[in-house]
Amino acid sequence: MAAAKNQTEVPVENGIEVVDVSKQFGDFQALSNVNLSVPDGSMTALLGPSGSGKSTLLRAIAGLEVPSEGKIFISGEDQTGKPVRNRNVGFVFQHYAAFKHMTVFENIAFGPKVRKRPKAEVKKQVNELIDLVQLTGLGGRYPSQLSGGQRQRMALARALAVEPTVLLLDEPFGALDAKVRKDLRSWLRRLHDEVHVTTIFVTHDQEEAMDIAQQIVVMNEGQIEQTGTATELYDTPVNDFVMGFVGEVNSIGGRLVRPHDTEVLPVKAEGATEVEVDRVVRLGFSGRIEMLTVPDKREVWAQLTRSELETLNLEPGDTAWVKPKPDAVTREDTGALESAVTEDPPATGKPTPVEPGLPV
Amino acid sequence: MTGERLTRWGLRYIALAYLALLLVIPLGYMMIETFSEGIQPVLDSITEPDSIAALKLTLLTVAIAVPLNTVFGIACALLLVRSNMRGKGIINALIDMPFAISPIVVGLSLVLVYGTSGWFGQPLMDLGIQVIFSTPGIVIAVVFVSLPFVAREVVPVLQEIGDDQEKAAETLGSGSWNTFWRITLPAIRWGVSYGVVLTMARALGEFGAVSVVSGKISGQTETLPLYVQKQFETFHSVGAYTSSLILAVIALATLLAMNLMRRKENDE
Repeated sequence: MAAAKNQTEVPVENGIEVVDVSKQFGDFQALSNVNLSVPDGSMTALLGPSGSGKSTLLRAIAGLEVPSEGKIFISGEDQTGKPVRNRNVGFVFQHYAAFKHMTVFENIAFGPKVRKRPKAEVKKQVNELIDLVQLTGLGGRYPSQLSGGQRQRMALARALAVEPTVLLLDEPFGALDAKVRKDLRSWLRRLHDEVHVTTIFVTHDQEEAMDIAQQIVVMNEGQIEQTGTATELYDTPVNDFVMGFVGEVNSIGGRLVRPHDTEVLPVKAEGATEVEVDRVVRLGFSGRIEMLTVPDKREVWAQLTRSELETLNLEPGDTAWVKPKPDAVTREDTGALESAVTEDPPATGKPTPVEPGLPV
Repeated sequence: MTGERLTRWGLRYIALAYLALLLVIPLGYMMIETFSEGIQPVLDSITEPDSIAALKLTLLTVAIAVPLNTVFGIACALLLVRSNMRGKGIINALIDMPFAISPIVVGLSLVLVYGTSGWFGQPLMDLGIQVIFSTPGIVIAVVFVSLPFVAREVVPVLQEIGDDQEKAAETLGSGSWNTFWRITLPAIRWGVSYGVVLTMARALGEFGAVSVVSGKISGQTETLPLYVQKQFETFHSVGAYTSSLILAVIALATLLAMNLMRRKENDE
């Protein structure tokens, strides 16, 4: 155990190293033995349902929570016992935490002023940041005069103003509506290309994580289930929880399978589950069949090409059979997903009607 | 629709009538009575030495009680809302004591403890400090009765704003003292100022507790409310009304000042 620990205890590279971190709140185990490496300059997503410990881990890295056990390194330096204000982290809160009595300019200038930078320098830097986050001309406004998206961009500029070693974002787009969310997401990705600061963000939205993160950390019940790229998580999930949380799944005959790996058969076959066709949706090139299993009426859907749909020629009310395709990625359904996803269900199971293309 | 309208109008007039009967008419009538014999008697009673002494003493107690209770109130509110300290429940309950206890009882208990035969009375006397029947006793009584206002106004504001802004300031490198001055205090300023106005009103007008501990020595330990009562009892109605009016004007002026500041800021 000691020997294995020593390999990670002295991180050579920059970035963030989380070593055996646990956190208890009374009887509740928020984090248990979490180990994580975040490469320097990368963009990492902490993905999981609410209560999975992702926010606690982020706050522990910032120093806003003190781990019960374990160590956290930033740029190779042990952060244990180091107060938040000395860690030089940029932290963006879900609800912006805007200083309401200060203008946009004053909000962004807060960090540099605390650091007693010369006035002229602060002014120049803040104006540059205002341009960077596209709030040009709004420096004199108060947070109450900004939209949600503008407020979040201001919060981001404020965090960047201290030239942080790491940028930590706690559900940064959680309080915004869907359209603004998507815009801000791709904007954040471009910003990261420009600024290149090691970034970790927390989200319960798998699409958001897959869209902008180079590395995704899937968390559940205070533990890391799997770390990898979006493709790795999608193609080779370690268990049914990861499979269900990253990408969409059906549960057929006790196994999880992707909708595009779900084969629909017009006749009964070995190992297939009987279903009743509920709806057939044609969306240009592709389409889907939504079905209910017989007799327990669980929702199942298959993603098919147009020609497959035409060959099957199924109508609502028809009986059909479904099973995983021979080469499909499947995982045993242990019910881990249902038990974990209580408050914030990710976009799984139910098809999102605006997306005609294949996932990923 | 009409029923709803009727209810709204009805409620409005009931509220107005209530305020008029209890507040506007008595105060207005008092104002008229003050000037019933012309302006000269009013000016005379203002410049009366005992009246000036009473006003000075009142303003002195206000000047001590208000800052003291403001600092204490903010500190208490921060302790109650932001800390995980044990014994918070006890502090929370104790803060309300001055609201719950009759001022007369407060006065009597102070006499018991600080009077010549009390626990602290004689030792303090030996040091040359007389508490009861003297200014320190009056100040203590006023501080006691006006203690809860700032804390009670600030606690809900602190709860509502949450600690996100303070945490954000911390991540930006701000120490706790700087965070308090630059983030917390500006965020709770209206709660504080309302608490200050209420504290001040209470400190200005406190009668019961002060009347027990002061000894009511004219020109020395008489606050303005005590002076009003003495004037009234000795049939100097103009003197009583004038001093009452001074008290009311000071209170109204502070209330007005706060409202103006607030309105000005909302306009920005």
